[in-house]
Amino acid sequence: MTASRTRTRTRRILSYAGIAAVALYCLAPFYWMTVSAFRRPQDQFDNSIVPVRWSLENFTAVFQGDNGFGRALLNSVVVAGTTTALTLIIGVSTAYALARLRFRFKNALLGLIVATSMFPGISQLVPLLKLFTDIGWINTYQAMIVPSLGFALPLSIWLLTAFFRQLPFELEQAAMVDGCTRGQAFRKIIVPLAAPGVFTTAILTFIAAWNEFLIALSMVNEKDMQTATVAISKFTGVSGFDQPFGTQMAAGVIVTVPLIVVVLVFQRRIVAGLTAGGVK
Amino acid sequence: MTTQDERAAAANAAAAAPRGRRAPGGGKGGGDARGQRRLAALLLSPTLLVLALVIGYPVLAGFRESLYARGEGLDESGFVVEGTRFVGFDNYTAIFSGDPAGAFWNAFGNTTFFTFTTVILETVIGVGMALIMHRAFRGRALVRASILVPWAIPTAISGLLWRWIFQADGAANALLRQQILWTADGWPAKLAVIIAEVWKTSPFIGLLVLAGLQMIPRDVHEAARVDGASAVQRFWSVTLPLVKPALLVAVLFRLLDVLRMFDLPAVLIGVNQDSVETLTMIAWFEASNLRYGSAAAYATVLFVYIALIAYLFVKLLGADIIGEAREETKRAKRQKARRRKAVQA
Repeated sequence: MTASRTRTRTRRILSYAGIAAVALYCLAPFYWMTVSAFRRPQDQFDNSIVPVRWSLENFTAVFQGDNGFGRALLNSVVVAGTTTALTLIIGVSTAYALARLRFRFKNALLGLIVATSMFPGISQLVPLLKLFTDIGWINTYQAMIVPSLGFALPLSIWLLTAFFRQLPFELEQAAMVDGCTRGQAFRKIIVPLAAPGVFTTAILTFIAAWNEFLIALSMVNEKDMQTATVAISKFTGVSGFDQPFGTQMAAGVIVTVPLIVVVLVFQRRIVAGLTAGGVK
Repeated sequence: MTTQDERAAAANAAAAAPRGRRAPGGGKGGGDARGQRRLAALLLSPTLLVLALVIGYPVLAGFRESLYARGEGLDESGFVVEGTRFVGFDNYTAIFSGDPAGAFWNAFGNTTFFTFTTVILETVIGVGMALIMHRAFRGRALVRASILVPWAIPTAISGLLWRWIFQADGAANALLRQQILWTADGWPAKLAVIIAEVWKTSPFIGLLVLAGLQMIPRDVHEAARVDGASAVQRFWSVTLPLVKPALLVAVLFRLLDVLRMFDLPAVLIGVNQDSVETLTMIAWFEASNLRYGSAAAYATVLFVYIALIAYLFVKLLGADIIGEAREETKRAKRQKARRRKAVQA
């Protein structure tokens, strides 16, 4: 009796220790970024776990000088937001067709669309770079948005197809029997039911587009058009040789914290989406 | 414009006709198949158009590009020619055996090395995390939230973060009480990339495996325990086979993602560094130096390499990314057959 009780107790302690280890592993580097951002620039190389003196100097430095960080944030919002919106508009209709309609080669087509998400981004780059140079798209938003669609679409179509499949088909048919056209049935019945799935897909697409680096780095050479991830990696220090880590960590916190808040608030949905799609 | 409208009207009429004929019976499916096909084509065309433009076109144009070279060269009669000229497979032969061969094989080796080490490590760590989380009853939500943090941080930013940690007088060296120049060159640089990559992605594998674990019914484990299987035996012969499908898809995605790695080593160590240069980085470096032909050749080689690995993985291990869709079709077919049989009877 007592033996088994001690055993359950050690097991419980072990599982708590395991949980703590996992949480520590995941959070420690992020904690270090946050703490480094709050150090005074002169304490930058101090390795104490809590800053000697907290300061916001790094955060004010981010928005000062020639970093152009405010503009970069705006660019990121425009690029990621438009990519998400377009992906949803195009993706919802395609996913609806794949989940609901009957036609030949449906699975082959779904497989093909999913397969395109495995395509290496670098293979897009040279041809599109030349094409966009010819039509004068370099340093424009569309030069970043259009290639991103190629990666956002396949995964969101896959997710949305999975979500649409779970919806009760009968409701839509009932509406059609009651005199709705297929289009009306879609708008009035399917869209509201599908809203949670669409929302989840939107979050995942937005995060992926917000994190994009290679395309944004290559399609833009003007500072005014850089997205936040590119801009931060190009921050220059006062001397020009030192990497201004304090400022970069502060900027990193600024671009990451909104995402983390979203992730925490919509945890359940995001996990459902990730596990449904196996999205990177 | 008018012809298009006319065509649309004709299509509507065609679609409406058979529907009208079987209206009173109201049997579902079957009759409006043509209308469905037409609607499907309409709904699918934007996606196919976009994918053709941003994926299909680059594959073909990139291959064509890889057959050309830019800059000065000599033609057959010894004249200097400028501009783009057709060089056949020269870019490829150069990659495999010419001057840049050393750089190519280095990048190829790095890509392969990173792929296998990180995927194996993050699978082992991820499965371990999943088992821990599955065990714990309380605090699971907290851990799940913290697991999403590395995933949500943009890769370029996490590259910077790890560069900061791996500074000569940074946190890693302070923790280890060592003076390792992580970001300079050689094995420390490789190791730094692997550590950063595994940190970012193993929680993700853990999350997917956890989802797989939660779908296993409890009594399967109970039965195994009653039959006298040890914990290790239960893991190997009950848990692992049951989470295998979820795990395989996760590993496939990770595999293809590391093969095209760019952001992390580029920000953490820098481009054009032998120790961490991957195929994507070398292709990007060529393109940014306007050597489009050889950049396209590198990209095409990478594309073929990724396709090959994906094919082998799916063939050998049977990861099925559209398994659910296929199941559904099978089910529908079976139902149809059953219905037909019922009608005949």
